Amino acid sequence: MFLAIRELSFARLRFALMGAVIALIAVLMVMLSGLSVGLVRDGVSGLQNLPVTSFAFAHDVQRDSAFSRSVVDLSAVDEWSAQPGVAEAAPFGNTLVNTRTDRGTEIDLALFGVQPDSFLSPSVSQGERLGTEDGIVVSPTALDAGLRMGDTVTIDRLGTRLRVVGVTEQQDTFGHVDVAYVPLAAWQAIKSGTAPGTALPQRAATEITAVAVRADDGKSVDLSAGDTAAGTESLTLKESYGASPGYTAETTTLQLIQGFLYAISALVAGAFFAVWAIQRKPEVAVLRALGASTGWVLRDALTQALVLLAAAVAVGVGIGLALGALITGSGIPFALSMPSISAAGVGLVVLGLIGAGAAVIRITSVDPATALGGNR
Amino acid sequence: MSSRPAPTASTASADDAPERLGLVMRAVSLRHGNAAETVQALDDVDLTVRPGELAAVVGPSGAGKSSLLAVAGGLARPDHGTVTVAGQDMTVPSRRTRTELRRRHVGFVFQSGNLLPALTAADQLRLPLRLGPRSQRSGRDPLELLADVGMADKAGRRPHQLSGGERQRVGIARALVTEPSVLLVDEPTAALDRARSHEIVQLLAHEARQRSVAVVMVTHDHDVLQYCDTVYEMVDGKLAASS
Ligand SMILES: Nc1ncnc2c1ncn2[C@@H]1O[C@H](COP(=O)(O)OP(=O)(O)O)[C@@H](O)[C@H]1O
Ligand SMILES: [Mg+2]
Repeated sequence: MFLAIRELSFARLRFALMGAVIALIAVLMVMLSGLSVGLVRDGVSGLQNLPVTSFAFAHDVQRDSAFSRSVVDLSAVDEWSAQPGVAEAAPFGNTLVNTRTDRGTEIDLALFGVQPDSFLSPSVSQGERLGTEDGIVVSPTALDAGLRMGDTVTIDRLGTRLRVVGVTEQQDTFGHVDVAYVPLAAWQAIKSGTAPGTALPQRAATEITAVAVRADDGKSVDLSAGDTAAGTESLTLKESYGASPGYTAETTTLQLIQGFLYAISALVAGAFFAVWAIQRKPEVAVLRALGASTGWVLRDALTQALVLLAAAVAVGVGIGLALGALITGSGIPFALSMPSISAAGVGLVVLGLIGAGAAVIRITSVDPATALGGNR
Repeated sequence: MSSRPAPTASTASADDAPERLGLVMRAVSLRHGNAAETVQALDDVDLTVRPGELAAVVGPSGAGKSSLLAVAGGLARPDHGTVTVAGQDMTVPSRRTRTELRRRHVGFVFQSGNLLPALTAADQLRLPLRLGPRSQRSGRDPLELLADVGMADKAGRRPHQLSGGERQRVGIARALVTEPSVLLVDEPTAALDRARSHEIVQLLAHEARQRSVAVVMVTHDHDVLQYCDTVYEMVDGKLAASS
């Protein structure tokens, strides 16, 4: 520490340049974190907010598009209710529709068809809960998009009219589209393309997208046993995120970029400290000749790297948070999540330290005899 | 001295011969290089320097003078022979032990001072006191010692703000701050003018006597030998007393 901090302040310009690079990487990291949390929220917050532990989809359904392709018979709900460890099971329907209000505002909605008296029926922050035949409860983000309480929306082509009776408590989106909870019967009519005023075909009345299952608190359900009994294929709630449109592609892209940033920060720190270590070789020889142990020299060098990295990452995260606060709420899917940002910050410091450590380890090979006026 | 002193004999008892507290080298040989090309840097060297004695070693370039200091201070291990400083064996295989012995008993003064660029003169002296474990951090007061070498008013300066002679004074003070038994000095006047060279060697002679330190000074400079108690000549790795 004694030498490390004095060197930091003596060569402050050089260290500041290096610190600036790391700080910029930290800014980028905060932006990416905000973007990925924002995208996840935009993509699957509707699912995240459901009091559900798993979904039972149709057997052999394609996993990445299970919500749009799966068709399950209503009878599977009873099968699942009877499974050990299951607290509740309820039918769940899912369809994306294009609608327009009577004022001409176009708005896309992700319809979640649920039975109004089931555990899936959402609580509301304003208006009333699901109940009336054509009443829908929408995400508050739909209000930002131009929808109002009491509005009536008409589904394109089909002509079905739905009335906004309530608003959920927090952002509910699915595949970047605002969620609208709709009574299961109305959802079945829309899904089967039944025009208003026409009787619902017999078959459509027994078809749902999936069985939503809630396990008893603290218990886990034997999903494969339930699947065998009900002829379904279960995904846990988390696994079902991957079945939301675009989710897997978006998250893997962002994770890839973040991974590259970690690697870049380790390499930048490694390259900087490698050059620094080579320049310091004569100094290290003097230190060793004065009686500094290898451990002392290494500790000093790593402390220096740690102080530099931690300070640079702190500055970068600070700038990133300030920029993020400006972006939040500007329409870009962006959300600052402290756990995710802290993890990224710690990750940057640790990887930088590994890079620096790999570089400074070479000073242990310095021959202290080179401190003498050698003749070679 | 026929047998090696016990490695634990760190303090002198009344019947210790005085040279045991200084530097004793017996039949020391050192080869540099690989199988293809070797240089006999030290060839059967005997050297005893008592506390308070300033010994000079002169000789042409490549004679092995720096190698002598390296072996005396435990920076290199000789192929044969014994080396003790304050009664401690400086040829033990463990690098860690030699480093610790060096920290406690040996002071080095280098050709051009070899100060650390980031440290002020006062911090140059504080550094050696911080290299060991907390319990071993005793030594002389850095500011007092700087005053002793005539650098009281420049304690806050960094090496690039000091002249060559001033740097060398700080280097000498740094080597003395841990109160070593032996001071090993490699061409301290190589970068200095005549007047400055005399001052530096006088300072070394003064400190050696005042503090009872055994000093070995390698030099090219025959001009300063008048201040030395003994003069040795080194040629092709062989050390001999000079007339
Ligand atoms: N690490 C080394 N490897 C190979 N040869 C060396 C090494 N150190 C010194 N030598 C050789 O050993 C001899 C003595 O060197 P040195 O002790 O530096 O002499 P001096 O200080 O008297 O000029 C020289 O011939 C030098 O080239
Ligand atoms: Mg030399």
